[in-house]
Amino acid sequence: MLNFIANIGKASLNFLASIGRLTLFAAAAIRWTIFPPYYGKQLLRQMLDIGFYSLPVVGLTTLFSGMVLALQSYTGFARFSAEDTVATVVVLSVTRELGPVLAGLMVAGRIGASMAAEIGTMRVTDQIDALDTLSTRPMQYLVAPRLLAGTLCLPILVLIGDIIGVLGGYLVGVYQLGFNPGVYLSRTMEFLEISDVTLGLIKAAVFGFLIALMGCYHGYNSGRGAEGVGHATTNAVVSSSILILISNYLVTALFFG
Amino acid sequence: MNAKNASPKISIEKLVKEFDGKTVLKDISLSVDAGQSLCIIGTSGCGKSVTLKCLLGLITPSGGSIKVDGLEMVGQTRSQREATLKKFGMTFQFGALFDSLPIWQNIMFRPLQQGDVTRQAAREEALHIATQLGLRADVIDQFPAELSGGMQKRVALGRAIADKPEILLFDEPTSGLDPITGGVIDNLILDAVKRLGATALTISHDMASVRRIADVVAMIHEGRIIWCGPASKMHESGIPEVDQFVHGHPEGPLTNKKTVTQQKAQA
Repeated sequence: MLNFIANIGKASLNFLASIGRLTLFAAAAIRWTIFPPYYGKQLLRQMLDIGFYSLPVVGLTTLFSGMVLALQSYTGFARFSAEDTVATVVVLSVTRELGPVLAGLMVAGRIGASMAAEIGTMRVTDQIDALDTLSTRPMQYLVAPRLLAGTLCLPILVLIGDIIGVLGGYLVGVYQLGFNPGVYLSRTMEFLEISDVTLGLIKAAVFGFLIALMGCYHGYNSGRGAEGVGHATTNAVVSSSILILISNYLVTALFFG
Repeated sequence: MNAKNASPKISIEKLVKEFDGKTVLKDISLSVDAGQSLCIIGTSGCGKSVTLKCLLGLITPSGGSIKVDGLEMVGQTRSQREATLKKFGMTFQFGALFDSLPIWQNIMFRPLQQGDVTRQAAREEALHIATQLGLRADVIDQFPAELSGGMQKRVALGRAIADKPEILLFDEPTSGLDPITGGVIDNLILDAVKRLGATALTISHDMASVRRIADVVAMIHEGRIIWCGPASKMHESGIPEVDQFVHGHPEGPLTNKKTVTQQKAQA
């Protein structure tokens, strides 16, 4: 019994220590995004990687999600003759919820893993120590640009994903379900408020920050060898995906209404 | 090494380093005079790399003192440390070249980051350094993954000397290389150290390399310096551990066990 309690205590202390390390890492990373020198080329490279090269996967995900949403909501609403709300449901679901969450999860899989693997490999091959000995702060050179790029690019990515998702709903609504194009578009815009879009973009910025943070943190603290980098990559994807879902609820609750 | 020298370039006193209750460095005291080339030898895990990392401030020592040009390195602030780091050029065991940068940017990394040179001037300087190191001109536009191990070592040496440092540190500069390429790297190291008038500190297991590049050799065993003297006197140390290491005998006080062949012979 005592062993059981001791194990719980040990696990709790380890968990709290991990939170503390992550918080210190995040604080240091945020600090180095503010203070010069700034590594513009690194930032551009990351923005290209996160923003541009993630566009196909995010676009496809949101397109088909918008299409499925139109079909499913039509099936449900037809049961109580509320089919004309399909366009409104699609646009609100995509902008407030599906766009940011699906884009976040897709980018977590793509970018979180690649950041952890790249930085982890740099750690195990002494490239991070080499940066340090060459008078370059690794946090500033590696982590800060990724954090900034993640926070800036995901909202842009989500905005484009929102448009594509709504387009998916429109295509199904008009060409499969037989809605009048003009009516569908007016229904789409009728109940949409700026706050719906901004809420989604705020979520996206939070998700972008978390994805980059977890990718960098796990890569930076990667264990030795290929196994260490593998663990870092898995941990980055799993932890950022979980944090996306938790923070999604928290941000929604904060702006609920 | 000259412990009695009034102003050694590098002075390490009673260095101690513990990891999770395990003492890796128990008492390391060394000093290296300006222009001298010191090689640290010892079995794997004896604390050679930890000593080097402590010297660079990559690891904080648990105790002791490290002075460079009389300036205490332990406990320095980040900005003080950065100023001291400018005196160092370092090559890592596996090169540690930056995968995402072409060779010329790898070689000129520090001057480029510090804005000391234009990109055009950096490229020209990188070409000059690469030529000095026996690399073809077209190599400077390639990426590290495209180069052989020997070429990567040359590039790493180029990066270490690009900013004309006063102190050069080499971690296993010839590991993983064939004897001929290893000899070429040794000659390049000797040439670079001589040209820059630098002080050199090398970690190596390769005794042929140690004989070529070292003025002084220090051997670490179980976290302590057990012998230090001129490279030419290595064979006359009279210390069994040093003799075993220098001659590469599988049996002796360092291993304290017989080889499988000997056990079979005894049986």
